[in-house]
Amino acid sequence: MDVTINNIRKDFGQFPALHDVSLSVGTGELIALLGPSGSGKTTLLRLIAGLEQPTEGRIFFGGEDASHKSVQERHVGFVFQHYALFRHMTVADNIAFGLKVRPRATRPPANEIKTRVADLLDMVQLTGLEKRYPAQLSGGQRQRVALARAMAIEPSVLLLDEPFGALDAKVRKDLRRWLREFHDRTGHTTFFVTHDQDEALELADRVVVMSQGKVEQIGTADDVYDRPNSPFVFSFIGESSHVPVTLKAGEILFQGESIGLSEQGGDCDGTLFFRPQDVVLTDHSNALSGKVTASRRLAGTRIAEIDISGSGEAHHIEIEVPLEATVVVGGDLSFRPTSWKIFRDAA
Amino acid sequence: MSAETSTSRRFRDAATETPLARYILVAIAVGFMALILLMPLLLVFIEAFRQGIPAFFEALGDVDALAAIRLTLLVAAIAVPLNLVFGVSAAWAIAKFEFKGKTFLTTLIDLPFSISPVISGLVYVLLFGANSYLGPILKGWGIEILFAVPGIVLATVFVTFPFVARELIPLMQEQGTGDEEAALSLGANGWQTFWYVTLPNIKWGLLYGVLLCNARAMGEFGAVSVVSGHIRGLTETMPLHVEVLYNEYNFVAAFAVSTLLALLALVTLALKTILEIRYGEQLSASRKH
Repeated sequence: MDVTINNIRKDFGQFPALHDVSLSVGTGELIALLGPSGSGKTTLLRLIAGLEQPTEGRIFFGGEDASHKSVQERHVGFVFQHYALFRHMTVADNIAFGLKVRPRATRPPANEIKTRVADLLDMVQLTGLEKRYPAQLSGGQRQRVALARAMAIEPSVLLLDEPFGALDAKVRKDLRRWLREFHDRTGHTTFFVTHDQDEALELADRVVVMSQGKVEQIGTADDVYDRPNSPFVFSFIGESSHVPVTLKAGEILFQGESIGLSEQGGDCDGTLFFRPQDVVLTDHSNALSGKVTASRRLAGTRIAEIDISGSGEAHHIEIEVPLEATVVVGGDLSFRPTSWKIFRDAA
Repeated sequence: MSAETSTSRRFRDAATETPLARYILVAIAVGFMALILLMPLLLVFIEAFRQGIPAFFEALGDVDALAAIRLTLLVAAIAVPLNLVFGVSAAWAIAKFEFKGKTFLTTLIDLPFSISPVISGLVYVLLFGANSYLGPILKGWGIEILFAVPGIVLATVFVTFPFVARELIPLMQEQGTGDEEAALSLGANGWQTFWYVTLPNIKWGLLYGVLLCNARAMGEFGAVSVVSGHIRGLTETMPLHVEVLYNEYNFVAAFAVSTLLALLALVTLALKTILEIRYGEQLSASRKH
């Protein structure tokens, strides 16, 4: 089912948690809501579920206005961060819960519920554990029980709040791959919240980058990594360095001197962003240069930390240098970004 | 001093006392408990059976004693379920919702603990007495509150109000609303969520609170004494009856009825201990009554 969110605002008392968020998601898409804590990503997920009501704005499920529907009416599969499994029920009872609480008219007969539970257990690869209690399961198994429980009600949309947050690194990676396969098999429109960019970039069809209650950028992994549209996205996704610059007559100036890069557009101040790996060492004098303050070997590369402040305030940036280059701590080093982006200061 | 003792002394844990200090501390604790807790309990039983077993049962079979036992059971049978419902509602509201005046409500629930039971009783005398505003009106409708069973029930409900709520609030706050939200998202309505999810999560804490509530409801003296009017065979609960018998120098009968209250205390204590051992992690952290 496709989901459209129109100009949603949510205030908690005086505190605005979300302002003017709009989003359009197609059927079967796997969407990551990515952002630091306090960016409003979980609030957005809970608004889609109907666990919170928006202060303003509308939410459409498949063209139908769901803004005023209760959480029960929205029929969403919600997997909670800490799973919220019912601890006094067995795995099978947990999964069957959503079917058993239906009114008599729509409730499937007992033997059908049993078959459905068995199918779901098979789907999440937990067959044989139906008699266990949540306390007797590992974190990854609980996660999958929670997913099976949410899937049992044949939800219109699947919502996952930090699905891998409470798991250790190894399980996290396995489950990530498994969830992608699971999604491709079942084809549900899925939203998941995460603060881990690797998770978002690897798993999602599209990533919604959020910051301070606003959507910064919506796009594929390539879009948000290669074409970030704001300083926040550039520095939040992947490694990056930035320096304050001035644009003058098509030249980029750092501390009043040319660094050998040109950019179209009028004169103004701005910030130059680039990735540590997108640089080339140079002997030219018109480049970014400074004293090497540290050098670290990192797997296949070497990272040099350079103080490019010159006479100004200390400004350390990190770049990747080829392994064969000679880098002396305390020595000078000059480089130019090969690929960069300038965000102009608002006039 | 031999080398061996000096070695053992050197390797003793920093927080471990010398054996002598330990024995003295244990002796003080045990002695104090025997004197203050066990001896009185023992004396109750000794006094009750001082004139033999027949006299004991004769005292319990007395018409007024039986009436007092019946009244005590009746009062508890009304007060405990009422406080169960009130307690669960109050705890639910405080733990699961945000609203104005929440802190005030929490403080209010503790009120019966912080004021003397005699005052609790007097409040009802002021509210329903002959010189009050409500008393004469209700009397006109043929409803007697003071010096009758309704007054005793009201005073008992007031005094025992905090037990269930106080046990459940921290427990429910700790459990949060995650399970309830999960149930709602799966399509359960409010009642199903409460019955299948919330109640099973709090059942041991609830039982614990009910146990303490019941013990206090049956044992309450001060508040009940003020509103009861001490009408023998009509408005005397067991604790009141004990006092009356004692004041009449009828020691055997007084202590015989006391044994029932003591037994109630022992049973409560035993059940409480079993609950704490078996379901300790499911009870709230604030076990202080």
